[in-house]
Amino acid sequence: MNAHLQPSGSAYFLAAETQKPERHTLSVLVDNEPGILARVVGLFSARGYNIDSLTVSETEHEKGLSRITVVTVATPKVLTQIKLQLERLVPVHKVHDLTAEGKALERELALVKVAGSGEHRVETLRLADAFRAQVVDATTESFVFEVTGKPSKIDSFIALMVPLGLVEVVRTGLAAISRGPEGM
Amino acid sequence: MAEQMTGAEMVIQALVDNGVEHIFGYPGGAALPIYDAMFQQDKVQHILVRHEQGATHMAEGYARSTGKVGVVLVTSGPGATNAVTGLTDALMDSIPLVCITAQVPTTLIGSDAFQECDTVGITRSCTKHNYLVKNVNDLPRVMHEAFHIANSGRPGPVLVDIPKDVQFALGMYLGPDEIGASRHKSYHPATSGDARAIEAAVDMMLKAERPIFYTGGGIINSGPEASERLRELAELTGFPVTSTLMGLGAFPGSNPQWMGMLGMHGTYEANMAMHDCDLMICIGARFDDRITGRIDAFSPGSTRIHVDIDPSSIGKNVRTDLSIVGDSGLVLEEMVRIWRTKTNQPRTEAIAPWWEQIEGWRSRHSLGFKNSDTTIKPQHAIKRLYEATKGRDVYITTEVGQHQMWAAQHFPFEMPNRWMTSGGLGTMGYGLPAAVGVQVAHPDALVIDIAGEASVQMTMQEMSTAVQYGLPIKVFILNNERMGMVRQWQDLLHGGRYAHSYSESLPDFVKLAEAYGGKGIRCSDPKLLDAAIQEMLDYDGPVLFDCLVEKHENCLPMIPSGKPHNEMILPDFEDDIGAVIDEKGRQLV
Repeated sequence: MNAHLQPSGSAYFLAAETQKPERHTLSVLVDNEPGILARVVGLFSARGYNIDSLTVSETEHEKGLSRITVVTVATPKVLTQIKLQLERLVPVHKVHDLTAEGKALERELALVKVAGSGEHRVETLRLADAFRAQVVDATTESFVFEVTGKPSKIDSFIALMVPLGLVEVVRTGLAAISRGPEGM
Repeated sequence: MAEQMTGAEMVIQALVDNGVEHIFGYPGGAALPIYDAMFQQDKVQHILVRHEQGATHMAEGYARSTGKVGVVLVTSGPGATNAVTGLTDALMDSIPLVCITAQVPTTLIGSDAFQECDTVGITRSCTKHNYLVKNVNDLPRVMHEAFHIANSGRPGPVLVDIPKDVQFALGMYLGPDEIGASRHKSYHPATSGDARAIEAAVDMMLKAERPIFYTGGGIINSGPEASERLRELAELTGFPVTSTLMGLGAFPGSNPQWMGMLGMHGTYEANMAMHDCDLMICIGARFDDRITGRIDAFSPGSTRIHVDIDPSSIGKNVRTDLSIVGDSGLVLEEMVRIWRTKTNQPRTEAIAPWWEQIEGWRSRHSLGFKNSDTTIKPQHAIKRLYEATKGRDVYITTEVGQHQMWAAQHFPFEMPNRWMTSGGLGTMGYGLPAAVGVQVAHPDALVIDIAGEASVQMTMQEMSTAVQYGLPIKVFILNNERMGMVRQWQDLLHGGRYAHSYSESLPDFVKLAEAYGGKGIRCSDPKLLDAAIQEMLDYDGPVLFDCLVEKHENCLPMIPSGKPHNEMILPDFEDDIGAVIDEKGRQLV
């Protein structure tokens, strides 16, 4: 956590950090080739950057391109370094800081397993309806919900499920895209 | 010319097509098909090393002294892991290498096979780029791309891992032009800098009153023309020039505008001028911690121009006011052109007070040392070596430590590509194999490794390579029976408790040289030093020169840890050296 804020141990990193860390979503367009994810993740760990969320999938099959969406927390100076260091990787085509470029659309999907009986089940379904969560699996003592939305919405839904018998959650991590007609 | 051949033959053909004449390597099970293909041709000469680390440093020396890509060929497993140090060294110092590693057959990958290791995984963070080639038809493109990536943009090491079955497989070979390896789909390094930014830089230079050129290895990497343009620009402007360790030779050491190296063991005048300048023009250097000293006290009043081919180097460690992303040679050329259109006068008068101040700092003679009639001072030995080789085309390599800094301080260079040293990684054992690599590229030149007795033992076995190929390298060992720099830091920081920093059970270097089939010379008397150096230079073959020097000499001047440029320890320092660094500085390296 926040390794970049600590004295680097290498030398002379005595200057006190004056900038405040910010959360930014980066979209990274890469060649879909073996090892590319390891390169990106390795860069973050080697240089002490944070990864809050990471999503990877092929997006343009014919061109062999994948999109990596990474959410990171860093000071503006370090954010610039992260972008420039990513761009140094040979298979990286482009890096866009979606947060810096204006309000981007951000969505996440979660599967939420809740077990319970009686009144709890009714309340669970009522809340799920309010969050537009779909039931994708049901037994007499459990549900699995599929819920999509902004991470904050999913956080709220999960928090509400805790007292109602939350068993486990899986989340996809963030997918993000810029608004308007322009592509990356 | 599309032609069917085996993967192993493709490797050789790709080397030939990329202009490779020499390759440094060591065979092994997985690499045998490539070695077999090599055996049946005579266009590429293979130099058999004694350890794969040696191969990488040889390739580095070869590359640094020629501007060409250095090529390494090693086997799978231990062959690859032994190459890691040299790859990291090349990455830190931006040296173009292509390292070909053999791999176990694709069918055995992941089975913990004999001599298997995850080479691309291990080397991902110590190469500019790396490849595992699983299909023989990808091999020609990968080989050509590897050369293109290694030698363009900010140069660096590229590794190509080739499984044994791919070496045997038949496929279609295409040349570099047919494949268009230089038109990579995602890799497009910068070349010329932004014209408006360059013009803005010249305008700032035209107003500067206390300017300084702070240059680095990027100028060497750009090629000899970049050094020419730097000399031209320095002459046109009349500005002082300093350089990092990696940039020595880009500007002539004999030029009156030369300030000497800057940084931790740089000259007083260079560091004071960096601290007090109003305009810093950084070209092809990266504000490394050895250069900046204490960051928050670094050059407080300066406006900074930073020219670098790697955008991530700009603004990484210090604030920059004007950034120019581009090849240093092309940017310098443009700066010269624009300067000429704006004026035909150097700023001699405007910066005369600045030069006066610099001369004041110079008069402190920060590289001075107390010489002795009875003991050879290491600085004196280097100065005598310089005098004895003056006027000859001499290439210097070094190991890492005090001797390296003394060489940088006391052995001036007139030309680029004549100084090979491990700067970023600080790899002990670099110098001897690097000298072998330089000598392979320049068989008739005088190649000297200025060494320490501790470092040189890390790769001593490459003496055997030098003897085998008749490479007359001179290894000039400043033997103080100490890891001198470690000892110096223990005096600075740890109360003079010399934990494991002295060399015990040293070999007899004269006998060792003879055992290898070279010549050994020993000297401990300053009066006999010149004659002994001459004997070394006159000998036509590899020499180990055991120069017994003062044991506890400190490498000065020095910016102590955690201090800014204007708080150097100078050679006339008389107080307790153990009290200079405060608590906070003790944590730093």
